[in-house]
Amino acid sequence: MIEVEHLTKKYNELVAVNDLSFKVEKGKIWGLLGPNAAGKTTTMRILTGYLPATDGKATVAGYDVFEQPNEVKKIIGYLPETLPLYLEMTVSSYLDFVGEIKQIPPSKRKEAVEHALKISGLEPVRGRLIKNISRGFKQRVGIAQALIHNPQVLILDEPTIGLDPAQIIEIRQLIKSLKGEHTIMLSTHILAEVTQTCDGVVIINEGKLMASGSLEELTASFKEKEGIIVKLRKGGEEVASQLNKIPGVEKISRENNEFKIEWSQGRDLRDIITKFIVEKELGLVEMRPVAMNIEDLYLRIVSGGGEQ
Amino acid sequence: MKNIWVITKKEIKAYFTSPIAYVVITVFLVLVGFFFYSLIWWFNSQSIQMAQNPYYYQQININQMVYSPLFHNMSIILLLMLPLLTMRLFSEEKKIGTEELLFTSPISVSQIILGKYLASLIVLASMLCLTGIFSIFTFAFGNPEFAPLLNGYLGLFLVGAAFLGVGIFFSSLTENQIVSAILTFGALLLFWILNWASYSAGGIWKDVLNYLSFFQHFDNMTQGILDTTDLVYYISFAFFGLFLTHSVIQSRRWR
Repeated sequence: MIEVEHLTKKYNELVAVNDLSFKVEKGKIWGLLGPNAAGKTTTMRILTGYLPATDGKATVAGYDVFEQPNEVKKIIGYLPETLPLYLEMTVSSYLDFVGEIKQIPPSKRKEAVEHALKISGLEPVRGRLIKNISRGFKQRVGIAQALIHNPQVLILDEPTIGLDPAQIIEIRQLIKSLKGEHTIMLSTHILAEVTQTCDGVVIINEGKLMASGSLEELTASFKEKEGIIVKLRKGGEEVASQLNKIPGVEKISRENNEFKIEWSQGRDLRDIITKFIVEKELGLVEMRPVAMNIEDLYLRIVSGGGEQ
Repeated sequence: MKNIWVITKKEIKAYFTSPIAYVVITVFLVLVGFFFYSLIWWFNSQSIQMAQNPYYYQQININQMVYSPLFHNMSIILLLMLPLLTMRLFSEEKKIGTEELLFTSPISVSQIILGKYLASLIVLASMLCLTGIFSIFTFAFGNPEFAPLLNGYLGLFLVGAAFLGVGIFFSSLTENQIVSAILTFGALLLFWILNWASYSAGGIWKDVLNYLSFFQHFDNMTQGILDTTDLVYYISFAFFGLFLTHSVIQSRRWR
């Protein structure tokens, strides 16, 4: 749905986006992840036709962003980093205006506004001036304006920034509910957001692509060892050295009574370890797999540990 | 055309939901009313004196004695007021981030510029129309000629249109509305007084400076003379302002 090939954007000497290539499949939610000033906003601005690129190619639903910008603009809904709100308008008149500039035919506009108000949960504040509503509602107005014309592609720049935890959950649920019908790309620097809402991720740093793929693919490719964490009633160095003697175990790390047992990929020592613990009566309290989480992944990628 | 009108409607609403249009129109009407009153007062006293002499009696002309100076005064007031109408057009969009919404919509930059410009022209036209109320009195109690009056209004509208074109250009340059207004005001004043410099200039420069000056062209129109040179001058001035605005917006994005 979204294809970016060798995209480069320079602001005079500063290279904001450097030879970036990635693909987003139809109907999926993809996260654009990276530290501050990584080039996320610039990439999104290029995709929406707000900024031209210095070099490279980008297509959305088969339309070239630079050759057919108007076609692209019709099928994209965009939530910029700074909410593009006219504070003197009421929520519904603002959405009506956006519907008009997005060229929704007059006969369908009222319905579109109602729909956008409904799915963004804005009905209670529809008649109020935007300057008088809370930050959370403003954010929702921002999302509502992005999806009012039922675009195939939604580009959301930091959709949950500045919201309280309950609002964040609501917005995430809203985004997830849009999946399937819409292809969504959202940028964030909150890692939990990616694991909770996204199917795949593009990680960039200093304008360069560090990694891209579905979450499973990425975690799998970065996992060198497999392992489990066991929590025992008995603890101490002695137990650790006993566990270390199990054939195949390569590394033991201990934190109080929790032991992280790791072995090289391709084997499965779980049965042997359980049997060992039961036989030695070490008192098994808890056992869980070592999951490579997105934090580890991100830190490794961004710190340059695993460029690929 | 539909897209232009969408933007125009939005801008007109913005003018009238904020105090700006009301303040500009009210102050304009108060000042014009004051000038109109004092000119009529002066005209009355002059007429009484002139009526005593049959030769001078022939010379009494309300168009020459009231409207011509009034239009001059009005144009100066427009020069002071119109930068306040254009200062926010692009500056504000840039400052609050709404330009990102406009420029990512399927509306072209020229349509956005024209829509905004049209809105400011409508406010200008309504300002001028409202001053027409004053003329009810002159028509009720006197017999001014209608054609020169209309010509004068056309002149004012064109001058105003040129001012708005300059204003919209400066508005696209900065996100600070005050800076935009001051730059517009400075540029307009400079073009207004350009013909002063022509007194000391010689040869072709004298003609060039005279041609470029707002004043020279406007003078003809207040006298009731409609010359295509003047029309072309104002329309091309406004067009040039819009063209520069377009270039500024495009180049800012391509930089």
